[in-house]
Amino acid sequence: MEDKEKKVGIVANIQKQFQKRERKKTNYISAHDSAKISRENRKITNIIERKRKRRFVPESEYLTTMHDEKNVVEFDNVHTYFFTDIGTVKAVDGVTFEVPFGKTVGVVGESGCGKSVTSLSLMQLVQRPQGQTVEGEIRFNSGDKAYNIVNAPASVMQMLRGNEMSMIFQEPMTSLNPVFRIGAQVDEVLFLHNKGMSKKDVKEKTISLLELVGIANSVGVYKMYPHELSGGMRQRVMIAIALACDPKLIIADEPTTALDVTIQAQILDILSDIKTKINSSIMLITHDLGVIAEMADYVVVMYAGRIVEKGTAQDIFNRPSHPYTIGLMKSKPVVGKDIERLYNIPGNVPNPINMPNYCYFKDRCEMSIDACNGAYPPFLKLSETHYVACYRYENTKEEGARNE
Amino acid sequence: MLKFIIKRLLLCSVILFFVMLIIYTIMHSLPTSYVESVARELATKPGSQKSAAQWMVELNAQYGMDKGIIDGYIYWLGQAIQGNFGDSWYYSIPVVDEFKKVIWNSFYLGVAAFVLEIFIAIPLGVVAAKKQYSITDYSVTVVSLIGISLPTFFVATVMKLIFSVKLGWFDISGMIGRDYLSLSAFQQFFDVAKHFIMPIITLTVVSIGGMMRYTRTNMLEVLNSDYIRTARAKGLSERKVINHHAFRNTLIPIVTIIGGSLPGLFAGALITETLFAIEGIGYASYHAMIAGDIPFTMFYLSFMAILTLLGTLISDVLYAVVDPRVRIN
Repeated sequence: MEDKEKKVGIVANIQKQFQKRERKKTNYISAHDSAKISRENRKITNIIERKRKRRFVPESEYLTTMHDEKNVVEFDNVHTYFFTDIGTVKAVDGVTFEVPFGKTVGVVGESGCGKSVTSLSLMQLVQRPQGQTVEGEIRFNSGDKAYNIVNAPASVMQMLRGNEMSMIFQEPMTSLNPVFRIGAQVDEVLFLHNKGMSKKDVKEKTISLLELVGIANSVGVYKMYPHELSGGMRQRVMIAIALACDPKLIIADEPTTALDVTIQAQILDILSDIKTKINSSIMLITHDLGVIAEMADYVVVMYAGRIVEKGTAQDIFNRPSHPYTIGLMKSKPVVGKDIERLYNIPGNVPNPINMPNYCYFKDRCEMSIDACNGAYPPFLKLSETHYVACYRYENTKEEGARNE
Repeated sequence: MLKFIIKRLLLCSVILFFVMLIIYTIMHSLPTSYVESVARELATKPGSQKSAAQWMVELNAQYGMDKGIIDGYIYWLGQAIQGNFGDSWYYSIPVVDEFKKVIWNSFYLGVAAFVLEIFIAIPLGVVAAKKQYSITDYSVTVVSLIGISLPTFFVATVMKLIFSVKLGWFDISGMIGRDYLSLSAFQQFFDVAKHFIMPIITLTVVSIGGMMRYTRTNMLEVLNSDYIRTARAKGLSERKVINHHAFRNTLIPIVTIIGGSLPGLFAGALITETLFAIEGIGYASYHAMIAGDIPFTMFYLSFMAILTLLGTLISDVLYAVVDPRVRIN
């Protein structure tokens, strides 16, 4: 109870700070203000850090129950903020969605909309102390226990990371440690989470993993250094590391962005192949709608730290409802269609420090209506699986309600 | 690798030839001349038959100073290659003998300061990087900045004031106490060691700052890299991430620097040795230099040049040892 009050206090504090800035309506920040902000930030982050660094955290604080046992992860109103010297950046601002067992959930959105931060929050890898998950719950289902990642201490996270959930990063070129051999880097994660596995077994498993991800010369690659491999090969190694302990969830953070198109297809094939082999869920973060269409069962569309639309892949692709999603769909090149210019959504993402108090997309929206000037729109249910945060569907919802 | 080293050694010898030529030229152009001062001294001696100028001509021939720079250099080089560096004018014994007498004092001083520097600076740098912008980080930064900024003679003087004059713990300078000869061998060792304490601390204080900053900067760079995030994502403990993954990468530039400064341990610390009257190579060459002792100074400076070249060679080789990316197959 007390924690909750403290957290509410923190959020109130941030809001106060935010309102002060709002009144000024300016982006310019003096050294004096900046020093003041960083002092306040330190106060806030120190409270959170101290709480997190306690030597003993009682299990009751981070054990929870899943709302639906069929989900591997449930994000529930997650807020991850960055306390910078020019103000608080609400990178993830009230995100709620879930990843069911054995399914692929695609998270789409443009750069800087909070996709990666959402996934890093789940791994508790957000750059601390500036970055903090200040509110909400991330429930992770490890089978027998459900953890609330937000409150989980480092020891629990170390047990989960790489073991129950693993991550494939965007930059294969720099994601492997340049001074260790490939074999050693894969072995490491196996040793770490399988105490008692013999050296020989670990090596065999590593080589079979390398084969699994399509590295032909697996015995040779085992002894190579990362710089001797191409980007695609390195990404395969990263996937092998992610798969090593048969995790329940694989987070793929733009796994193909840095690769050329032919390799992209291969990597995606490997991912979907493996998903069926070890039956894990994938949280696929990308801004490539083509990838999403091919891979995802569910789609979450994010914009400026919030979810604007979510539903099954069919929902999103057959009936994109939020103007942002519609814009995204329109700005995708279509094979065989001859157009002068590719459509682009006008305007820019609002300043992350000074978010408006109405719909974040309103200023760029071509379909805005009077209601859009009101508070940020609530989530409206279009169908059993399809949700959208847009005032344009307010009446439909009522209709839907009436029909029921 | 062997081919690379041989190539580098050949290149080094070419560099060395020209470096020593420059040194020889400079030595001949020094404002102070040993020959001249000896000539004046001899001319003013009672019963001297010759004038200073006459003595000069005679002595120049005697000391081999009448050959001119190029001829003189070639003659000196020819002798030096055979291992004959001549007699020191100031110490009036063979240069090599004087060198053998003093070099180990310098070496012990250098090693002690070097080891202290490494064991203090690197851990502090790592801690500062790990807790960036914390109080620990700021205090480490301030201390290292003080260390970088203070000159040796200032630190030495302040230490002398505090520990010798006020507290009287150590002798103000020199290598041995006044009752040295009456002590047993074991006590003699401790007597010398005690006299080495202040110079070692001075050298450490002065050198620690740079190394600390260097470690901190490199560690920070490594900690922000993607592979550290990967290591964390594997579920490794923070200690393992820092000590294994991050430190191994931080080590690349540090080992290179340390390896490069290994030959420097023999170079002596001219200012510190002189201030504390430690009879090392720096102290000896300081006195030789102000007396215009060309053979000894030539020897010392060539020795320094060789050490520097050796240092760069060692750091290049070490680079390949610690960083698989630069290994030549």
